[in-house]
Amino acid sequence: MLSNDPLLAALLALLSLGIIFGALLGFASVRFRAEGNPLAEQVNGILPQTQCGQCGYPGCRPYAEAIVDGDAINKCPPGGEDTIQALADLLDVEPLPLDAEHGVEKEKLVAYIREAECIGCTKCIQACPVDAILGAAKLMHTVIADECTGCDLCVDPCPVDCIDMIPRHSGIAHWHWQLPSKTTGIIASDRAAA
Amino acid sequence: MRLIHDIPGGIHPPERKALSRPGQLRELPLPNRLVLPMRQHIGAPASPIVKEGDRVLGGQCIAEATTSMSVAVHAPTSGTIARIGAHPIAHASGLDDLCIELETDGSDQWLSHSGVTDYRAQSPETLMAHIQQAGIAGLGGAGFPTAVKLLARERGPIETLIINGTECEPYITADDTLMQCEASAIIEGAQILAYIVGAANIVIAVEDNKPDALAAMTAAAGDDIEVATFPTKYPSGGEKQLITILTGKEVPRGGIPADIGIVCQNPGTAVAVRDAIVHGKPLTHRVITLTGEALTSPGNVRAPLGTPVETLMEFAGFQPPMHPRVIHGGPMMGFALASLAAPVIKTTNCLLAPTPDELPLPQPAQACIRCGLCAEACPASLLPQQLYWYAQAKDQQQLEKHHLFDCIECGACAWVCPSNIPLVQYYRASKAYVVDARQEKQRSENAMHRFEARQSRVAHEAQEREAKRAERKAAAAAKAAASGEDPVQAAIARAAARKAAQAETADEPGDPS
Repeated sequence: MLSNDPLLAALLALLSLGIIFGALLGFASVRFRAEGNPLAEQVNGILPQTQCGQCGYPGCRPYAEAIVDGDAINKCPPGGEDTIQALADLLDVEPLPLDAEHGVEKEKLVAYIREAECIGCTKCIQACPVDAILGAAKLMHTVIADECTGCDLCVDPCPVDCIDMIPRHSGIAHWHWQLPSKTTGIIASDRAAA
Repeated sequence: MRLIHDIPGGIHPPERKALSRPGQLRELPLPNRLVLPMRQHIGAPASPIVKEGDRVLGGQCIAEATTSMSVAVHAPTSGTIARIGAHPIAHASGLDDLCIELETDGSDQWLSHSGVTDYRAQSPETLMAHIQQAGIAGLGGAGFPTAVKLLARERGPIETLIINGTECEPYITADDTLMQCEASAIIEGAQILAYIVGAANIVIAVEDNKPDALAAMTAAAGDDIEVATFPTKYPSGGEKQLITILTGKEVPRGGIPADIGIVCQNPGTAVAVRDAIVHGKPLTHRVITLTGEALTSPGNVRAPLGTPVETLMEFAGFQPPMHPRVIHGGPMMGFALASLAAPVIKTTNCLLAPTPDELPLPQPAQACIRCGLCAEACPASLLPQQLYWYAQAKDQQQLEKHHLFDCIECGACAWVCPSNIPLVQYYRASKAYVVDARQEKQRSENAMHRFEARQSRVAHEAQEREAKRAERKAAAAAKAAASGEDPVQAAIARAAARKAAQAETADEPGDPS
């Protein structure tokens, strides 16, 4: 009968192929399911991991997930232009200038506890997203400077305002050459004075 | 006769070495005040062990090495510690740094010191400890702690010790002068260094523009030590370039000369090592070339470390032109000093005071015309032009792919650039940028792990609290079920009884409440 009806034969053949491949794909999507969103993972790798929440999300990973879901890439002040550029390259979108609503790019800071004034309330320890503050109740606290991300979150909770944000890099040991400036030096005496 | 190889690139800038009359060495009258920076070498700064007001003698250690990658600082003469604090130092940044200021008393009293009678009877480790305690860092210009460099033998057998008397940078004649005046001390120092690293061969390398130094070294060297000479070209004196010239071998990328069985040392370092081992005398003085047309009596001078640059300039008859500049180091790799109050340090081989006509300020940079002269001049066979574009774009991946870190910052590319682009500054800034980016990456990964660890800990604690609450609730329910009464009804009954009792007391007369 099939040989008499080429149209039916073709339909049947296509249908059976469709069923077979559909079943294969369905099996593969269950069997080889990717854990989490791999793109979010990559975005998270680019974000600076300050965990400061200036983007409006509680940490870098939530913001990475939001970016994958279509949020703007210019809400991260600690990352600054370099991070925006890297995100734009990864996601193939236009790099935007940093959204000033969320803050401006600042030099790298670390928290510093004026230890004589610390009353040992542990509020900053609870606020620190990366466990970079050491101390216990009624005992002095101190910041592990190498672990501090400079997120600022410990400053507000301090009841005695004994936490300062100080530049991480200062002094001659951290000095390095800057790229030559493009604008100055047209007039010889300016260059001599500089 | 050694087969001499050629290196790629290189330039022939005007040498101008005769200006400082190589071969004549003067002594500097003792300055009134010496300023000794804690950071005179690469690595961790030394840490002061004297207080303000202390009296010290020449050769006394005034600051000790803090880590193995650090060297001590000694008083070059007797006097009183006047101040310990921030002072301008000879650094490209022009920033201040911690220094010990020594008011000299003119009597130049020294601690008694005695060396090792027979260094061959000592173990190399003992001799290396002496070298570190004597405060010796490479005197060629980079200031790498010598004791650390001598650890090279741990990376494999060392066959050859090269004494690098190339001194290829224009104007500088400090090593030339030292080779002419103290050839036998250099040879003795080289033998000690060769013993420490276990090198069988010693090669003294001298460029052919220093015939007097070559003659002096050949006369002092004897039969077992080879003195090699080769055509003058800048930058033949770069460690890796010199090794290629003498052996035809290349130091592997990211490696050190010890990986191919070679250690290089500067002649000044060899003399300092000899003084430390044979006489027990720490590094407190060095030979410095004072040169440039703004000086009326240029020349080489042996000066105590810590001598302010202005004292040396006065000694050499500095006639400041309009917009005076004093360059620390040579015209190719040196930098202009921000303040003449800065002292000379272990790495100061030259102070150059040029007139504006002699060494004009760089012209404004023009656009790159892609001429390719820089690539022809590069002694490390890099592509300076490509690196320049990537430096502007801050493209870390491409910078690393084009081997930015093989750049020796010799300045040959900038010297040939017809557009006056300050290429070396681009590479220096880019190196700092790449190193910084790597560190930031490391920090951010670390922070991510800590953040995630904290998140999971917080979640775990919340879960535990919840579990405990559920447990207590279950226990209370079980207790109520066991006693057979409804806890809610019991609580209502208790509250009603309390209310009734309160109402009773309130009704009693004479109660003020």
